[in-house]
Amino acid sequence: MHDVLQNQQWLLSLGVFLPLAGVLVMLFIPKSDESTVKGVAILTAAATLLVGIYTMTQFDYGKAGSLQFFTTNNWITPIKATYTIGLDGISLPLYVLSMIITLLVMIYSWDHVPSPGNPKAFFILMLVLQTGMAGTFVAQDLILFFVFFEVVLLPMYFMIGVWGGENRQYASLKFFLYTMFGSALMLVSFIALFVVTRSHAADPEAANFSFKWFLENGADVSKNTAIWIFAGMFIGFAVKVPMFPFHTWLPDAHTQAPTQGSVILAAILLKLGTYGFVRIAIPFLPQAATKWAPVIGVLAVIGIIYGALGCLAQTDMKRLIAFSSVAHMGFVMLGIATLTPLGINAALFGMVAHGLITGMLFFVAGSVKERYHTLEIKRLSGLLQQVPKLGWILGMCAMASLGLPGLAGFWGEFPAILSSWNPLHGDGLPYGGLSLTLFRWLTVIAALGTVLAAGYLLWLYQRTAFGNPTAEFAGLGADGAHGHDAHGHDAHGHDAHAADAHGADAHGEGGHELIHDVNKFEWIAWTPLLLAIVVFGVLPQLMFKLFDPGVVELVKVFGGK
Amino acid sequence: MFAEAEATHAAGWFLEHAWLIPVIPAVAFFLIIFFGKKMPRGGSEIGIAAMLASFVIAAGATYQWIQWTHHSEEAIDKTLTWWSSGPLKFSIGQHIDGLAVMALVLVAFISTLVQIYSTEYVRGDRRYTHFFASLTLFSAGMLAMVLAPNMVQFVLGWEIMGLCSFMLIGHWWEEEANARAALKAFFTVRTGDMGLLVGTAMLLAVFGTLDIGGEHGINAMAAAGEFDSKSMLMWTAVALFIAAIGKSGQFPLHTWLPDAMAGPTPVSSLLHSSTMVVAGVFLVARIYPVFHIGLDINVAGHHFNFIAVIGGITILIAAGLAFVQNDIKKVLAYSTVSQLGYMMMGLGVGAWMPAVFHIFTHAFFKCCLFLCAGSIAHTGSHHSFDMKTDMGGLRKKMPVTFVTWVISTAALCGVPFFSGFFSKDEIIDSAHANDYTVFWIIGLIGAFMTTAYMTRATYLTFFGKARGGAAHFVDGHEDHSHDAASDEVHHDVDGLDTHAHPVHDDHHAPLNHGKPLPFAPDDSPWQITAPLILLSFLALVAGYLNAAPFHWHSFEHWLESSIGLPIGEGGIPEPPAFEWVNALPSIVLVLAGFAVSLFLSKKVFFNDEKSPFKGLTERNSLLGAGHRFLVNKYYLDALYEGVIVKSIAHPIAKAAYWVNQNVLDGVVNSVGITGRRTGEWVYRNVDQRVVDGAVNGSGATARGAGGVLQPVQSGKVSMYGALLFGAAAVGALVLVLVNS
Amino acid sequence: MLLNQFLILGALLFCMGVYGVLTRKNAVMVLLSIELILNSVNINLLAFDAMNGNSDGNVFALFIIAVAAAEVGVGLAMVLLIFRNRKNISLDDLSEMKG
Repeated sequence: MHDVLQNQQWLLSLGVFLPLAGVLVMLFIPKSDESTVKGVAILTAAATLLVGIYTMTQFDYGKAGSLQFFTTNNWITPIKATYTIGLDGISLPLYVLSMIITLLVMIYSWDHVPSPGNPKAFFILMLVLQTGMAGTFVAQDLILFFVFFEVVLLPMYFMIGVWGGENRQYASLKFFLYTMFGSALMLVSFIALFVVTRSHAADPEAANFSFKWFLENGADVSKNTAIWIFAGMFIGFAVKVPMFPFHTWLPDAHTQAPTQGSVILAAILLKLGTYGFVRIAIPFLPQAATKWAPVIGVLAVIGIIYGALGCLAQTDMKRLIAFSSVAHMGFVMLGIATLTPLGINAALFGMVAHGLITGMLFFVAGSVKERYHTLEIKRLSGLLQQVPKLGWILGMCAMASLGLPGLAGFWGEFPAILSSWNPLHGDGLPYGGLSLTLFRWLTVIAALGTVLAAGYLLWLYQRTAFGNPTAEFAGLGADGAHGHDAHGHDAHGHDAHAADAHGADAHGEGGHELIHDVNKFEWIAWTPLLLAIVVFGVLPQLMFKLFDPGVVELVKVFGGK
Repeated sequence: MFAEAEATHAAGWFLEHAWLIPVIPAVAFFLIIFFGKKMPRGGSEIGIAAMLASFVIAAGATYQWIQWTHHSEEAIDKTLTWWSSGPLKFSIGQHIDGLAVMALVLVAFISTLVQIYSTEYVRGDRRYTHFFASLTLFSAGMLAMVLAPNMVQFVLGWEIMGLCSFMLIGHWWEEEANARAALKAFFTVRTGDMGLLVGTAMLLAVFGTLDIGGEHGINAMAAAGEFDSKSMLMWTAVALFIAAIGKSGQFPLHTWLPDAMAGPTPVSSLLHSSTMVVAGVFLVARIYPVFHIGLDINVAGHHFNFIAVIGGITILIAAGLAFVQNDIKKVLAYSTVSQLGYMMMGLGVGAWMPAVFHIFTHAFFKCCLFLCAGSIAHTGSHHSFDMKTDMGGLRKKMPVTFVTWVISTAALCGVPFFSGFFSKDEIIDSAHANDYTVFWIIGLIGAFMTTAYMTRATYLTFFGKARGGAAHFVDGHEDHSHDAASDEVHHDVDGLDTHAHPVHDDHHAPLNHGKPLPFAPDDSPWQITAPLILLSFLALVAGYLNAAPFHWHSFEHWLESSIGLPIGEGGIPEPPAFEWVNALPSIVLVLAGFAVSLFLSKKVFFNDEKSPFKGLTERNSLLGAGHRFLVNKYYLDALYEGVIVKSIAHPIAKAAYWVNQNVLDGVVNSVGITGRRTGEWVYRNVDQRVVDGAVNGSGATARGAGGVLQPVQSGKVSMYGALLFGAAAVGALVLVLVNS
Repeated sequence: MLLNQFLILGALLFCMGVYGVLTRKNAVMVLLSIELILNSVNINLLAFDAMNGNSDGNVFALFIIAVAAAEVGVGLAMVLLIFRNRKNISLDDLSEMKG
């Protein structure tokens, strides 16, 4: 695991900090020149993505288990923090995903800047976010990781607090305080871990904050100490995931955040927590991980069922999707809790899949809100009639979200269930195994969660997409409410038509705008996500192949198979 | 890439490329979605071409498989790694053996016919293209499942079918009932799928692999006893069987099936003949050793298999329900459930071969029956499926439909020398021979009931007086048949069609019937009748592939390597030798069922027929006799139902239906409602008050502390400075004190 | 004992600076007082530097001078802006930060 490839050391730093260069340029553009501001921001994001794609082409897939583009430098010598970054198969998909999502969100924002406007600040915040997210996934030093982890917080706070819905102050503050609370404990744990490992080490002078140090020395920490240190990390990451019972910031933040914020939050930010578990908490402290795994498993399954029940009770579409995140991240955490390669692979796949699918669902919800000015399920009906393409996309995402094979969501759920029936167990394991009985019950309950998922998603779909539009919106469809030949799936062929419909928008009767179907920017932003959902659903090996070597290395310490 | 490539060189091109069979329709699905609208026939040509291509490959594979079985029993496996995790590898590809080949050719053939049929049936539908896309994907799902080399691909096909059934049943989603039916179907099946997910996980735990075939596959290991604990295998089988119950509409998860009739008829036909609902039975047949060994229950020294119990209960319950239906499609739906019960029972009693053979024969006649129902609705009864109000007397006007219906019905009832006889009777016979006496009797009763309800349905549809929609069709045409201009007839028929129920007007916008076959000018167009003829022909002859009375056992020979267990000692019991004496009870009961129904229906028929004759000759007297005629008819209906339903099946059927509607549906509904209520309660009380309360509480504490300290923030720079320096001074003092 | 004299000078300067910060109403005068404080610290640093014989103190002093220059620049700019908006730079009137 500790062999590293030190090729093209500049590449990751470029990918991480390029957005900040874009921010610098944007500072000198006057606020009023909106299209230049947007253009520069999108160009920066696109350039960043190009760097990411170049990284993918240079990545040695035969050595996906070892860190590549590795570079290490002194950073803050007095506190032994180093600037160490590197990328392996586990972080590569998430690293690139963060770039893709940022770019797509920006494209979507071209004509969807939420009230109160000010695109300059909005786009700058997104670029800063991008740096934080990408940095978290490549950091190989705890302090550096922590800094990037926190850099993400502020832009998101402002995005919710300034561009959010009616209750944005409350939501943004809750988000901020909750996450800060977790981070504080996490930082304490990091420092404690450092101090403890240094005191145990043969050569205390060699101690530093790089991941390598902890991987080599973390296992020497006595079990009781390790359990306490793990507790701090657990809370820090669990808040971010979010796991039951630390999830209550999520529905509020999602509901109040602007669409772009929701998408980034769901697609990337939640993954920082699970990534932390996989990358930091579990491999550093294996002796504590086996003790904590049952707790994580139980909380994860509670989250699955609880999130699903929460969904069933919702009357607001966006809030429903937010609650479904709690359930889906439960599957991810269940996979992690098994401490087996299959489970952690499933969790990693689940992270990416959830990012794509839930991100898409939030996009759709945002577009529905933009057209109907409401997300109340009761008032929405007959989307398939009025906005057929949007309705179909919603349908596809709902199906992907409930774990239909052939779409990406399945590969997060199904292997997680497979693995939790067979968690780490057996004789002669260095840190002990997990309780088979407990995890097998958890499997059954988690499987029940898939049924509930089908229940709430299809119920949502039936209520919003089927049937006829409600009276208040009837007649506002772009091409009339009736006699409408459903365009169905062939929507891609109709880009031009959709754009026309958008262009022809006029203010209709009663002050309502005519409701138009998916427009050009939405297509550009959504198509890659939809394609990815299908492609990874059909060819899961694309992703598993990347994760697997790193994951096998990672769980070797537990001695399982 | 392809494993075992050289080992299968002799197998022939079609067998080695059988994986193309599901791939073609899957690709066609995307083609239809993206380009279907622009095609002259709205994408249906892509669908039909794809299914035809699949069928051709499947037929080629069948031929080559038959050749192959002369010298080998090996399955033809070709796989790619689909995904891997550590040492575990899960593949995608093909596992071709007799069972897979049989199902492939069956599904491809029936899908092709159903698509051809649909070009006429849903002509002018507002979502015509979309309909064909869904149908094609549906077939692709089933085909992918059938040739699955491992459980993961099996789950893939299984779930894709679930999705497509949702899209197809809810095809006319503008009506809330349809949308609800679609939701119900998906949700019920999904509940069963919980078992599939957990069961697959259990299989992995028990066997360490999810591959079905091969030396180290599930089947081989289960048959050889290479597993740790019998009880674990039992729970595995139970979990998987729950999935099979949900998918195959077995008791008690059958409630979604009749609701699923909300979809267009070709969909019902495809779902109920060879795909969706057969998937559950297919699962049991596919990994039969797991079920045969796992669900083997030992009660007081007597071994019996649990599958038989569920199968047996389903036969009776569903057959009973079929009596009280007025909707012709619901009769057929319950009949399907009942026949699936036979298959399950067959698998339960160890009669693998007859059960699988019943899948084969049942597909033809059940598909034909559904398509007949569609043909009647399309042409004869104004899109109504109600036998009592809109049918009757159709046999002369729709001769093709009538004849094919009768042949298929005979096959379904198990009339000797029709295909159903050879399969169903074998199941009943095996139950007897393998000491499942109770289930032997259940099978016999089921055969009797099947004949009885099918006779009732046949009478109500084709005999007696034409009513409602059918009367328009029959009488309207009869008037004109005296006229010379046949053009005008068609014009008038078209004119009548526009009077159809407004709801269905939507779905069949401008109705231009296609060309009918020359020898049946008033029957449905050829796209509908040609599949009927083909299917009924097969319903007639398919049974001779495995006709025990004549000692023809080709089918058995082709498929026996797929059982996964040896026949005889240590495996499944030897099939009983056929003797007419053993078949006698079932033949007698079939005849009895037919006779009872015939007797009662003759009375109905004559009494019914009396008035139309009067009405036809003297129209005034019809009006005069109107009141008496209505009362009379009511009386005969009561008699009909009173005798057949009340004296034979009424208590059972009504009770079953009551249980169905109140207990099972009630449970489903109340679980849903309770789930929602619990969700609401938990959300309101726990989530918003307790968990959130704690968070808000800490916020409030912080705010309180802030209030206390507020005066310090005076805004005066000098005060801030004083505080700063004061604090520094205190700090310095502490430092000095500590250091000194 | 040369060190003591430097330290006494630094302490005197520091106290003068603190007195100015606390009592002056004029913002410019307060800034000047802050300069005094900073420079008193510089004197201390340089004195200790000379005593220890290494250059750490020099480096810090240079650093402080640079920071002080920046601080005065920003501070004066703010004072200018405040004056432009209010025609007044009395600190007693600037109590917007009152909580």
